[in-house]
Amino acid sequence: MKLVDKNTSRRTLLKSGTALAAASVAAPSLFVRKATAQGSFVNDPGDAAFVTFGFNVPQTGAYADEGADELRAYELAVKHINGEGDGGMLNTMTPKSLTGNGILGKRVEFVTGDTQTKSDAARASAKRMIEKDGAIMISGGSSSGVAVAVQSLAQEMGVIFMCGLTHSNDTTGKDKRRYGFRHFFNAYMSGEALAPVLAEEYGTDRKAYHLTADYTWGWTQEESIINATEALGWETVEAVRTPLGAGDFSQYLTPVLSSGADVLVLNHYGKDMVNSLTQAVQFGMRQQQVNGKQFEVVVPLFSRLMAQGAGDAIKGILGTTNWHWSLTDEGSQAFVKSFGQEYGFPPSQAAHTCYVQALLYANACEQAGTFYPPEVIRALEGFEFDGMGNGPTLYRAADHQCFKDVLVVRGKENPSSQFDLLEIVQIVPRAQVEYDPAIFGGELGPYEV
Amino acid sequence: MDAIFIQLLNGLDKGGAYALIALGLTLVFGTLGVVNFAHGALFMLGAFCAVAMNQLLTMSVKVKDESITFFEAYKEQPYLEIWFGDTGLTIIDYSVPISILLAIPVMLLIGLVMERGLIRHFYRRSHAEQILVTFGLAIVLQEIIKVFFGANPLPMTAPEIVSGSAAVGSWVGLDASLVYPWWRLIYLFFSLVVVGGVFAFLRFTTYGMVVRAGMYDRETVGLLGINIERRFTVVFGLAAVVAGLAGVMYTPIVPPDYHLGMEFLVLSFVVVVVGGMGSLPGAVIAGFLLGVLQSFASMNEVKQLFPGIDQIIIYLVAVVILLVRPRGLMGRKGLMET
Repeated sequence: MKLVDKNTSRRTLLKSGTALAAASVAAPSLFVRKATAQGSFVNDPGDAAFVTFGFNVPQTGAYADEGADELRAYELAVKHINGEGDGGMLNTMTPKSLTGNGILGKRVEFVTGDTQTKSDAARASAKRMIEKDGAIMISGGSSSGVAVAVQSLAQEMGVIFMCGLTHSNDTTGKDKRRYGFRHFFNAYMSGEALAPVLAEEYGTDRKAYHLTADYTWGWTQEESIINATEALGWETVEAVRTPLGAGDFSQYLTPVLSSGADVLVLNHYGKDMVNSLTQAVQFGMRQQQVNGKQFEVVVPLFSRLMAQGAGDAIKGILGTTNWHWSLTDEGSQAFVKSFGQEYGFPPSQAAHTCYVQALLYANACEQAGTFYPPEVIRALEGFEFDGMGNGPTLYRAADHQCFKDVLVVRGKENPSSQFDLLEIVQIVPRAQVEYDPAIFGGELGPYEV
Repeated sequence: MDAIFIQLLNGLDKGGAYALIALGLTLVFGTLGVVNFAHGALFMLGAFCAVAMNQLLTMSVKVKDESITFFEAYKEQPYLEIWFGDTGLTIIDYSVPISILLAIPVMLLIGLVMERGLIRHFYRRSHAEQILVTFGLAIVLQEIIKVFFGANPLPMTAPEIVSGSAAVGSWVGLDASLVYPWWRLIYLFFSLVVVGGVFAFLRFTTYGMVVRAGMYDRETVGLLGINIERRFTVVFGLAAVVAGLAGVMYTPIVPPDYHLGMEFLVLSFVVVVVGGMGSLPGAVIAGFLLGVLQSFASMNEVKQLFPGIDQIIIYLVAVVILLVRPRGLMGRKGLMET
């Protein structure tokens, strides 16, 4: 028996094979149309009664708890957008186009993905939600590496990405994208907000030693804090890069003791920060006198979840945070009330930023009167709003970075409850942390992809 | 000189942890011939014995913070403090050392159940299958811990009396300001005692002698009428206890989370391979050697000469040793050489 028909020539076979290969390469774009013209875009809901959001959060790995909190916030946001629950920040947000009946009359549903806090896994789960689940937008994440990777995918696929927790300058700097938006503050803002408080508390004649997580966020935070503290008159003795997830940082901490530095700056987040801070305290650094001064440890970015992990080691440590549940403004209180009544504990800063991002995207669609991404992007660009915590806020058009007040916080010495771990030292006004978008470079890219 | 001394101390301290984990791993391989990828999970379970004991000792009366109305916020006062005052607080303060009392029977039981319930069915299977099943078990164990304790690290403290640093510089005639945490020194001492104890058990007891004989020639020992399988089961339990104790004592150094075991797993396998699969002295020597090398490679002076060396030194050494001496430093000739 012949496997190939005698009429089938080698040329025909080759042509068929080539066509098949080309079809398989082009397959995703056959199923997912890009935003090439209004009325024809990725996952256009058309006449459907609902739209689908894709929440891409770490459900496994070191940031699983933070991811779980992000997911809780998203679920709450979806409820509020759909007109369920007490409405949360929809009662305080101004200006507001949402009316509490979904978006443009369509009910919001959602699917979830697990970023695992790994760039490739995050891209794969975002892609899956767009291609298979029909997600019209993607949001979430707890790492700048993930944010930059997913943002780039969002631009390629023509789907808006509302970043979760990401603090690297690169996210809205050299790696910014037209389809990516960040509500969270960044390392530059942390430096600008923290430096005057450091000068006030520790003086202007200090020698700092940096331990820095060796990836995009760590590098930009190190750079921003060095710039801000050197402008005060501080000297940077050494800046040492540490591998992500080192566990035991003792070999990096021991040289600090003989370096002549009197301040240790830990550019670590999450588990790395919990470990390095705990171990720095074990090494007796906070009891030491160096250069005739009390040795100090500074953690430029931390959160309540991290403070819980660090236990007593966090007490008295200065840093910055994007938002804290104890804020007394109307918007923050509305959110804390909704979240607290729903889940029995206060939201984290990651939960806050994710909740706000979901509402902002929904509001932009309603305002634009369409889900067509270029129009939604235009609605978000330059959008000024209030009533969502941190005072009047601007989504700057030039780099898609939100500008709002920044909180300088300190680990509380005598907490009144299990959640009362940070005290707000200062609410630094937005004007103090604004900057020229040109300093971080990057190109947003086109509206139409 | 000061920097070298302190890094040496740091390396020995790290090496102590590596050696303790690698010791159990190589013991299991040497006796049962099983490549146990769940060994790191046993280390993690030991750490969570300390967490569980701490949570037990700090069970508290919850005093509600009335100023918070949206959710339950409260301050805790432990029952032990209410009932026994300062004595109660002292007991809580010593929760990590006290946890050893819990960890020994719990880890022994876990080890025995693990060996009888799962591992024994894979004695005659390929190493690849053993790795797959034990790795799967490790994931199951860590997910169970995550369900009960969450993913966030949990802070654990050493007893107050040893929570500070020792002026080690003055002990050896160096700068008096040279300090090193007391608990890490205790950990180093503890690891040496445990390693010494395991060696003494294997060398100076009849039970240990039979186990060693079984490691060399299981068949002959069996022909002498000795139930070597049962003894090897006990050895598996012993390895679990050693890993568990290493985990308990490690909690004040690194706040434990469910993923703690995985962080040590690969490293401890490298230690075992460098030391020689199945060689107990090899595992201990390689543990300390790699710990010290890792510490020195992290010195700023070394990193300036070889950027990034701190992150690859252990694997670099492993590659070199395996190229020059495939059986590892003290491995038996012929074992793992083909």
